[in-house]
Amino acid sequence: MAMFELSPMITRLKRLDIATYAPFIALLLLILFSSIASEHFLMPRNITNVLRQVSYTGIIALGMTFVIIAGGIDLSVGSMVALVGVLSIMIINGVGDGWWAVAMAVSSAIALGGVFGAINGLVITRGKVASFIATLATMSIFRSMTLYISDAGEVVSQNQHFADIGGGYLWAIPYPVWIFLLLAVAYHILLKHSAFGRHVCAVGSNAKVASYSAIKVRWVYFLTFVIAGVSVGISAVLLASRLNSVSPGDAGLFYELDAIAAVVIGGTALSGGKGTIWGTVIGAIILGIINNMLNLMGISPYLQGMVKGLVILTAVLVQFKGDR
Amino acid sequence: MNDPIMQIRGIVKEFSGVRVLHKITLDIYTGEVLGVLGENGAGKSTLLKIISGIYTKTSGSIKIDGNEVSVQSTADAKRLGIAMIPQEFNLISSLNVFENIFLGNEIKKSFFLNKSEMRNKASTLLKELETDLNPDALIENLSVAQKQMVEIAKALVNDSRILIMDEPTTVLTDHEVEIFFNLVEKLKQRGVTIIFISHKLKEVKLLCDRLAILRDGHLVSVDEVSEIDEEDMARKMVGRELNQIYPQRTEHTDEVVLKVTNLSIKGVLNNINFDLKKGEVLGFAGLIGAGRTETAEAVMGLRKKDSGEIEINSQKVHINSIADAVSHNLAYLSEDRQGKGLVMNFDIPKNITLISLSAYVKGLIQHKKEQQVAREYVKRFDIKAASLHSNLANLSGGNQQKVYLSKWMDTQPNILILDEPTRGIDVNTKKEIYHFIRSLTEQGVSIIVISSELEEVMGLSHRIMVMRSGQIMGELTGDAINEKEIMYYAAGLKTMSQA
Repeated sequence: MAMFELSPMITRLKRLDIATYAPFIALLLLILFSSIASEHFLMPRNITNVLRQVSYTGIIALGMTFVIIAGGIDLSVGSMVALVGVLSIMIINGVGDGWWAVAMAVSSAIALGGVFGAINGLVITRGKVASFIATLATMSIFRSMTLYISDAGEVVSQNQHFADIGGGYLWAIPYPVWIFLLLAVAYHILLKHSAFGRHVCAVGSNAKVASYSAIKVRWVYFLTFVIAGVSVGISAVLLASRLNSVSPGDAGLFYELDAIAAVVIGGTALSGGKGTIWGTVIGAIILGIINNMLNLMGISPYLQGMVKGLVILTAVLVQFKGDR
Repeated sequence: MNDPIMQIRGIVKEFSGVRVLHKITLDIYTGEVLGVLGENGAGKSTLLKIISGIYTKTSGSIKIDGNEVSVQSTADAKRLGIAMIPQEFNLISSLNVFENIFLGNEIKKSFFLNKSEMRNKASTLLKELETDLNPDALIENLSVAQKQMVEIAKALVNDSRILIMDEPTTVLTDHEVEIFFNLVEKLKQRGVTIIFISHKLKEVKLLCDRLAILRDGHLVSVDEVSEIDEEDMARKMVGRELNQIYPQRTEHTDEVVLKVTNLSIKGVLNNINFDLKKGEVLGFAGLIGAGRTETAEAVMGLRKKDSGEIEINSQKVHINSIADAVSHNLAYLSEDRQGKGLVMNFDIPKNITLISLSAYVKGLIQHKKEQQVAREYVKRFDIKAASLHSNLANLSGGNQQKVYLSKWMDTQPNILILDEPTRGIDVNTKKEIYHFIRSLTEQGVSIIVISSELEEVMGLSHRIMVMRSGQIMGELTGDAINEKEIMYYAAGLKTMSQA
């Protein structure tokens, strides 16, 4: 008996084409380039910093991956971050001091995210509104609600423990990074190893075929928006905790773009049907490193948006090549 | 008769090596209405698509006015004055009639559209055709017949001399058909030549000057319409012995496994009644649009029923979704393999287990078991693919169909409905599928076969229901099954009460 069965591995490797590996190769090249271009890049503090920055939008991008694979889009996530953030701080201040209040805030943030996601999902599946339009509307609604309930003023937590979740470390790695990675593993399992994940891909590939295969298409599509909402809830409470406050006007601003960009850079097709969670993780990290390098190299922050845009375009062009 | 406007000489068409048209030679004369008849798959549409530049021929030549021409694209065809009036209209519903008539042919005054001239010309043309269509009416407010009129006017604006019409009357009501007949007369007077595909033998008889009949890619005959009657037409369209690709039928029991009573869907199906016995193959014959697929979809819970009861093994059941149907061990292979059947960017195992997935989940999906089962199906049906993990898009039609069959077999059905099970499939795979159907009936599975190929329904079925316009016109069993009877029922020349 051979100790290593090589042939199945080789056939597996052959199966994965270049397009699948492209985000991974891009990440390696980027790390190589960055470590040469700046001596500060590989310093542990910088790395943890990058990863922490990445984790907030990264967590949202993980949820967004399900929505996009199912053939939808969620533009409301940024505004939802602000709304959930403000509400969670209001809850913590309402409940009082101590860990009990923190637990309440965290669990209600996740629940609220789920509820807001469910609202998106209901409008889209029951109301039969295109996801782009529905979430464009809720993007505006959520932001407006946030400004109204906070009277457009910064909402600050009075709880002494709250800041520990977003600011804490385990083995020198910030909590948000742990949560990002653990969530990535959980979502990967959900996407690749559960019936639900399989159904999400089927719905995104061909909804008609899915419905003729006894898959509850609308229910599956609805759930992807709930997952996106729950992910936003987690991200929002981490962000609120990190800053110990939420500023209703700017919190989560343009997060939808970063999240969608991470998903697309990670190789998930915007047309739906296929994609991976690990691709999204890599996509988010690539975006984070690019931002970090632009800072380290002293390039104008006003140019960062342009670089990000070019990276997204490149990713999509590579995808299209792969399709032909 | 005058000189031929078009001379078709030895046209051959092959699709990936399979010959679907065998040296068609045909003259078409100026100002005549030529009917083209044939069963589904006989090659009518292929021939006309070659003439109108949608397909390119493999060999042969086409002459127009005695000069050899090359028709490589629809643009070429348009330039030569050939226009096809499609069954699905290519009109822009948010624009009005004259804008559509001049679409792509706009009259301009320097940079701007010359709307008044276009409106006037459209108006004159519509008057010549004796319609009361308003050039300013929006397309979306028009009836199907009126839209057809606009398509025809559009073709005339392009100076088309040869109009090809693919089953133009199937979408029209009786009254609209009358108007259409008048229109054809008008067009003839203008010297327009019309090539007319239809399944309605009566109509063809009334409308056409000559009839070309195709069968299996061969031109069987060209007759003056006065010299051929409807019976001859039906016989020429079908007339052939069933060859030996159909296995011997097995005996079936008298135990009724499926009973459908009073099934109706308003405007689609009208009081459908039938039963299916254990181990039986029940054929559904009829023309496209007769309501066979709709019947299957209603039984499977894919369409909402207005009335009707379904009994399975003498138990009344409620099937309101396809999931209900699956739970009662019903299976349905749609005629639209790629649009409704398979996920083209999934590999073989993922497609096979898509419906039966819960059998492979123990907490998580057991990928090993899934692939093991897929391998067994690949072996059982001799599915040819580069790898188990090839995307379905990379498989041939026949192999896709086998995967589709595997997908439903994995739900362990007792009743299997096959809708056009061999459409677009080579003869060998057809034979394999026929033999598989037989081996299933031996195991006590009951099968409904919907097919537009008469030969197939006849070769496979113990009993045949013939449908037309959402109704069952007749039922044929055993020795009573023959092509002529089926065609009579399908064409509406005979109904059950007369039988």
